[in-house]
Order: sequence, then structure tokens, then C-alpha cells
Amino acid sequence: MEKITADVVIVGAGGAGLRAAIAIAESDPDLDVALISKVYPMRSHTCAAEGGAAGVKGADDSLENHFHDTVSGGDWLCDQEVVEYFVNQAPRELVQLEHWGCPWSREDDGSVAVRPFGGMKKKRTWYAADKSGFHILHTLFQTSLQFPTIKRFDEYFALELLHKNGKCRGVVAMEMRSGRFFSFQSSVVIMATGGGGQCFPFTTNGAIKTGDGMAMAYRAGVPLKDMEFVQYHPTGLPGTGILLTEGCRGEGGILVNKDGRRYLQDYGMGPETPVGEPVLKTMELGPRDRLSQAFWHEQKKGNTVETPWGDCVLLDMRHLGEKKINERLPLVRELASSYVGHDPVTDPVPVRPVIHFMMGGIDSNLNGETPMPGLFAIGETACSGLHGANRLGSNSLTDLLVSGRRSAERAAEYARKAGEIPEDPAMTAQSEDVVTAIRELLQQSGGGESIAGIRREMKSTLEEGAGIYRDEEGTLKACEKIAELRGRYGKIEVHDKSNVFNTDLQQALELRNLLDIAETVAEASLERRESRGAHQRLDHVERDDEHFLKHSLAYRQPDGRPRIDWLDVTITRSKPGVRDYSGGKSE
Amino acid sequence: MSMRQMELEVMRYDPEQDDEPHFQSYSVPCEDDWAILDALNYVKENIDTTLAYRWSCHMMVCGSCGMMVNGEPSLTCKTFIRDLPDKVRIEPLENFPIERDLVVVLDDVMEKLRMAKPFIIRHDEPPPEDQEYTQSRAALYKFKQYTMCVNCMCCYAACPQYALDSSFIGPAVLALAHRYNIDSRDQGKSERLDLLADHDGVWECSFVGACSEVCPKSVDPAAAVQQMKIDGAKEWWKQKLGGGKS
Amino acid sequence: MSRQPYVRPVSKTTWYMRNGRYRKYMLREVTCLLVGVYCFLTIWALAALAAGADTWNGFLASQQNTVMVVFHAFALVYFLIYQAFDWFKLAPKAMPVQLGEKKLPDRYIIIAHYVAWAFVSLFVFWLTGVI
Repeated sequence: MEKITADVVIVGAGGAGLRAAIAIAESDPDLDVALISKVYPMRSHTCAAEGGAAGVKGADDSLENHFHDTVSGGDWLCDQEVVEYFVNQAPRELVQLEHWGCPWSREDDGSVAVRPFGGMKKKRTWYAADKSGFHILHTLFQTSLQFPTIKRFDEYFALELLHKNGKCRGVVAMEMRSGRFFSFQSSVVIMATGGGGQCFPFTTNGAIKTGDGMAMAYRAGVPLKDMEFVQYHPTGLPGTGILLTEGCRGEGGILVNKDGRRYLQDYGMGPETPVGEPVLKTMELGPRDRLSQAFWHEQKKGNTVETPWGDCVLLDMRHLGEKKINERLPLVRELASSYVGHDPVTDPVPVRPVIHFMMGGIDSNLNGETPMPGLFAIGETACSGLHGANRLGSNSLTDLLVSGRRSAERAAEYARKAGEIPEDPAMTAQSEDVVTAIRELLQQSGGGESIAGIRREMKSTLEEGAGIYRDEEGTLKACEKIAELRGRYGKIEVHDKSNVFNTDLQQALELRNLLDIAETVAEASLERRESRGAHQRLDHVERDDEHFLKHSLAYRQPDGRPRIDWLDVTITRSKPGVRDYSGGKSE
Repeated sequence: MSMRQMELEVMRYDPEQDDEPHFQSYSVPCEDDWAILDALNYVKENIDTTLAYRWSCHMMVCGSCGMMVNGEPSLTCKTFIRDLPDKVRIEPLENFPIERDLVVVLDDVMEKLRMAKPFIIRHDEPPPEDQEYTQSRAALYKFKQYTMCVNCMCCYAACPQYALDSSFIGPAVLALAHRYNIDSRDQGKSERLDLLADHDGVWECSFVGACSEVCPKSVDPAAAVQQMKIDGAKEWWKQKLGGGKS
Repeated sequence: MSRQPYVRPVSKTTWYMRNGRYRKYMLREVTCLLVGVYCFLTIWALAALAAGADTWNGFLASQQNTVMVVFHAFALVYFLIYQAFDWFKLAPKAMPVQLGEKKLPDRYIIIAHYVAWAFVSLFVFWLTGVI
């Protein structure tokens, strides 16, 4: 097995990983960066984000507003010093991206335009039509090409963390095209591998989002935080789960049920606002958790529309007109027309809630530091406490930048202090063990379980047990079932024995990652006996600040099952209150 | 939703087993609204787990799933079976070496991306860190189209010039260089000129136009290349007449 | 074991038979043969002109047999299709015109080319006394 040393190893080359890599290369050209990615950087799932990135812009807005929107949007489970830092840094990072060439949409005067977004009191979402994530990713990737100290390892699949005496020492990865294994040895690893929406059946997440970084950290003893908080985006295309951005509603699109009623007014988000004149933090511009929950109730009441792909509500954008749709939402038009045959210019588009984002992730802080020294986590794979119990739309793209740069500063400092990587036979041995286990997996046969079969069962289990609404019985059943699937995983057979681009083996290893994080989602959902943000319990319908104003921490136990522990939330200046999305009517 | 039985003829190649590629047929029950990618995923899940191909987003933006569908370079997530006959031939993108099955080796173009210097180059100081550049919408629309490239490499698979001589920089990379050249924030045009006006640059293009015809994102790289030729020629004359770089 | 990327052969001589797009392109490119023939004819004509009236008349006569008339007619139509139509169709790509936030529709640029072509033709006809 080949050994590669680097001052800093970054796993994942999406928005967060690239931003961190650039920050290190810019600040200290003496540090070697190894940027490992399962796919070519421009394939990373950042590209699929549509709506935009939040950062205060304009005189009528303030950092204070952004802070309070984020904290109340997160149902007060946010760590407020993280939010404080985030809202402060957001504008600077977005301007930086502009200087790097991001083609942001513009106002008449040539300044960057902002659009309204759900749960935000003011217009502060910077956007590049409806391909904001795509442009951010490509801008970062292209910008990164000027730095010779960033050494990319594209299509290297990271397998396990290396660690010794509780400290992070690197990562083992497989080069997909050769099947060769590499031991990346470093005192610093930054995890930037994204979320794991693929553990659910119906998701906006691409096939690559299998929670690899979370699972690696979890297996290495690092806790996963707030895993019960999984965000449903209210407007996904039925069938495929393709995202239709919140920008559709930001621009004035409305949601109606089968009777044409704008049902959100029946769920505390009214009063009804005039069609085509969206009012911030009201109706369609409520937060994602509330909107998705409203769908669930409408479905129970029989108010949804039946479509060939199941029950839906309708997203009506016809009143925006063809010109505005073409200018602001061209991808949405293309996607809706191609995949469900409804052109938003002429037809309402059927939509339904779809798994979109994990608020939870590797336990980390403002600096991206995790409980394991030398291991940092950023972006969706991390849980710094920024998003709390429900992320506001357009906060995550900005988080990639803010957390990417911040962690890079700290990681660089850590790497400089750590100095040269010593030759360590124990690390080589640890790497060999990882490879041996994979070779055994590749050899085993006759167990009778299939990768696709277990994956399907896992997905449906999680949807049933840990969907929009949960209860004790359902989550308990899900926990048992996933533990069972984890057992049956031992009997899978990898049919492809080739060393070259073995996607069968890759899917097997991804499934193991998914099972690990799925179990933490189910277990944390079971243990949080309250309703908060994206976690709604039918048997504990109220928020319970007395017992659960805490982060959950899932630790892996020796038998593989998670143990849930709790951690206090940092509250600086916003005491838990009532989330108000009635357009200020109840203030 | 009604079903339709499709026959997929898929090119297979495992370098550890095969001397050369061959075709394998799969009969796939497809739903009406499926894309070719859905059919491949069906094969992978239900018929043959050894089939190797790249994909991720299934929404036309990640650019992973470019393949030849009935001889045409296509993003398979936006190539719908409703537009195809019952029998479909799927091959890896042409003009690239085949790594395995439908996976091709992209090293060459990935390296060329770097050569295009696809980032903002400034000679003047940029604005302070809290102040953005002003850019009119007209200035944005001038280059916007060329920012839409998803690097699916379909244009390279369509380009006969690249097929005959892979030292040609090629459509997507040239279009990307053009995108920065005409961005009002950039001042690096002269630094990109040497490479692009070189033998392997724009003049190697003989304007077949196939790249633009197959582009799934309507980027129109052929247009970018022709505009660069005009720019390059203008620059040459300027130097001849003005006696120095402008 | 392991990697051995397979490079599909590309024929240097018959690559353009691969698809219709390439064949059409080659049809456009072979106009260069006709251009070559016309270069030869022009040189011949000039030489004949220089050699005196008899030779010049002989040259003119040589162009008036059926074979040559068919050739000239063929060349005219071929040039029309593969130089005029084809290149004019591609012109908006090379010379896009942006007016504010809008691109001038391609058809205007194409029409402008035809108009310019008509004027140049009329000028040449006038110069040569045809009109």
C-alpha cells in the first residue's frame, strides 16, 4: 500500500472542501494540501443547490436580523456564538466569491441582487438565477486551479480514519480506477463529505451523498450530533425527488391543495397574502419544517392531489409570467417540464416534501474542531450548531464558505504546530487492517443478501419510522430493523471482483456508511421525546425546553449500536421563544 | 404509469478480463417517464451489479453521466426513453480511453482545464473585501452562457478534431477561457492568449460545430471558439500595426 | 491486473463516415477542391488573355461545351449551399451582437449577410457590365 503524507488532508471537494483548500493555499503556501474526493470536484453535490446563499446586504437589513431569523428558524437549538460568527462573516465570504468571478445575478445598478427566502425577515439571499450552488462550486473549483500546493486526488474513495491515542492521523482511501489503496498520513484531516440523504428513499440528494465522512468519524469514536434533525424540503418533484428551489416561492409562487386553497394559512402561517406579492416570513415564505408538516396534515385530510407518482400539492407559478420564470428560474422550468411534463409557465407543478438536508453531523464547533484533536468537520457533514433543529434555506451555501475558511485557518495552525509527520508503523498497520477487511468483503460469497435489497429496506424503514412525524413505537421499530439490517449486511455478496472502477464494491461500502448513520437518526429520534423544528413527535407534540434544550450526541458502542448522550446548547442573547410566521400579526 | 420493455445494448469492458470491449444486452421494463439513467440504474440494482458507470445528481447539473446513446453524446439523466426506439445502444463517451464499461479516462481534459487559467486575473487592485465589483446585467449576459458548462465532456466526444489529435485543447476548455476573457471583472486575456492562439488552440478548430449541437446545456462552445479566433486575429493585427502588445 | 484503458481506433481516412454531422461538414470542406479548380481556370484565363485575342476566344469556347457548363452550374449550386448558406448560418456564432441585456436574434445577423451579399453581387454585375 502506498503512503502519502500531507500537512493537511481534506476529504471532499464540494463547496466546503474547496473553500478550505483555497484558504490554506492562500494563507500558507508552505503547507501541502491533499484534496481527496470520491468524484471530480465539479460533480460534488453543492452543484445541485439552486436558490442562493444568505448574507446581510442592504441598509434595511442587519446582522441582528439574520441572527434572530437563524436562531428562531432553528427553534433555539442553535449554538448562538456560532450563529453570531456566521452572520458576521457571511457578507465578506459572499463578496469574496464575487471577486473570484461568481456570476451572481445583478440589480439595475450593477450591484449583486438578493431575493426573499423562507424564514428570512429581509431579502438577503444572494443568487445566480436558480443555479447558485452550481456557480459557487464551479467558481471555487476553477479558482482552486491556480494554487499548486493543492494536490487533488479525484475519484479516491475515503474508507476509514487513522487515529492514535485519540488523535487523528490521516485517512485510508481507495483509488477507484485502479482499486489501489492509499494511506494518507497527516496530523490534520478536514471532513467535508456532505450529508447522507441517500439513507431515505425520496431525496433531493445525489447518489454520492452517502454520509461517508459522518460514518468514518462515528466509527472512529467521534459522536454524531443532532442526527434526528433531517430536513424535508417542501417542494420536490414527485417520482425523482428533484429539488424545486425555495426561490420559486421567494419570487412569488404559491402552494395550493386540490381545492385550490392556499392551505398554509390553516397552519399558523397566514393570513393569506396577495398572489404574486410574497410577504417575508409568512405563508409560502415560512420555514421548511412548517411547510413540510403542513403537507402531511393536508394529506391526512385528503386534500392532496393524486398523481401517477403519489399524493402531491401544487406549486403555482403561472402568475410570474414567462419572462420572469426564464430569467430567475430557468432550471426549474427545464426540470419540471422534462421530468413531470408540467411547464410552470402554463401549469401548476405537482410537488411534495422530500428529504433534503441533515442538520446533524459530526460534532464540531465554530472552528470546525471535533472532539478528536486533528479532525475538523465542515459543511453539511458537520454539526457546528449553526442550523439548530431546522436550517433556513440559503444558510447552508454560506456555511460552506464560512466554515470552510474558518476551519482552514485553525487547521493550518494545528498543522504548523504538529510539524513533520513521523514515520509510524502503527499507522501503516492500521491502514493494512482496513484493506484486509475490504478484501475479505470482496471475497465472501453465499450469504444470500443483496446490496440493493438491504438498501431498499433501510430506506423504507427510515421513512416509515423517522419521517416528517414520528412516535415512540415507530422509531423503536426503526431502530430494531436497522440493527437487524446491519447484521444482515455481513452476508452481502459483492459480485464484481474487478480492481478497476468497482462500483459494486463502492456501493457496498457506501451502504455500510448509510446503515451507520441511519441508525443514529433512528436512535436519536427515539430518544428526543419532544417536538422541535424538523423533529416532530406525535406522542410529544410540544417543545420541551426543560429537558431537551440540548444537542443529542450519538456514540458508537462496541456492539455497533449507538448510545445517545446530551450536550447543552450555547445561548448568548436569544432566549427560547415562540416561532412566529404570521407576518408579524401576532407580535 | 405504463411500462415499456426496452432493450439496452451496453458496451462492457473489464481490463482484467477483456482484451477489447463487447456489447451486452439487457431487457429492461421501463416506466414512461424514465431517462436512460433510470434504466441503467434498474440494471445495476436488479440485473447486473457489475455494470460500471458514473452518475450522481439526476438533475442535469453534475455532469457525471455523459455517454453515447445511439451514437449521440448525451447526458443520460436528460435523455428520455419516450424519445427513443425500443432498442438503445449505450457506449462510453467517444474520443476518450475506456477505463471500465461506461467509465472513461478524463485526465487529459482535466489537465487542460488548468491550462485555460479559468479564474479572475487582475492587474489592478480588486475592490476592498467588503465591496463587490459593479457589473451591469448586460455585462453579465455577455459571458453568462459560457458559465453554464457542466463539464460533461459531450462536446469532446463530438469533436472530430479532438478525435484525430487529442493535443487540441478542445471545446469546453476554450469556451471556459473565453468566459473569463469577456468577464468585465477579468484582466487576464493577454495571459490566456499565448496558449489559446497556439497551434493546439483555437486555430485547430475547423468549425464543424458538432460540439454546440450536442451540448446539453446550450453553452455553444463553437461560438466561443470562433469569437476567440476573431479576437486573436484582431490582437495579431494590433501587434503588427501598433508594434507592441495592446 | 489492474488498469489498461482501451483506446478505440479512429480512422484517419474514413472518420467522417461516422455520422451525418461529419459528412455534412466534409461536404462543406470539399468546396476547397472547387476553389482550386477556379484558381486554375483564372490563371488559365489570364494567360489566355495575355496571349492575345485568338487564345482568349479559344479559352471562352472551351468553357462552352456541355461538360463545362454542367460543371459551372454544379459549382454555383454547390457554393451556394455549402459556402453561402452554411457560412451565413454560422455567422451569428462568430459575430454575436448584444444590445443591452438582449442578444440580437440570429436571423437579423443572417439577413444582414444576405443583404450585403446582394449588394456586392450587384456591384460586381455593374462593374462587369452585366447590368
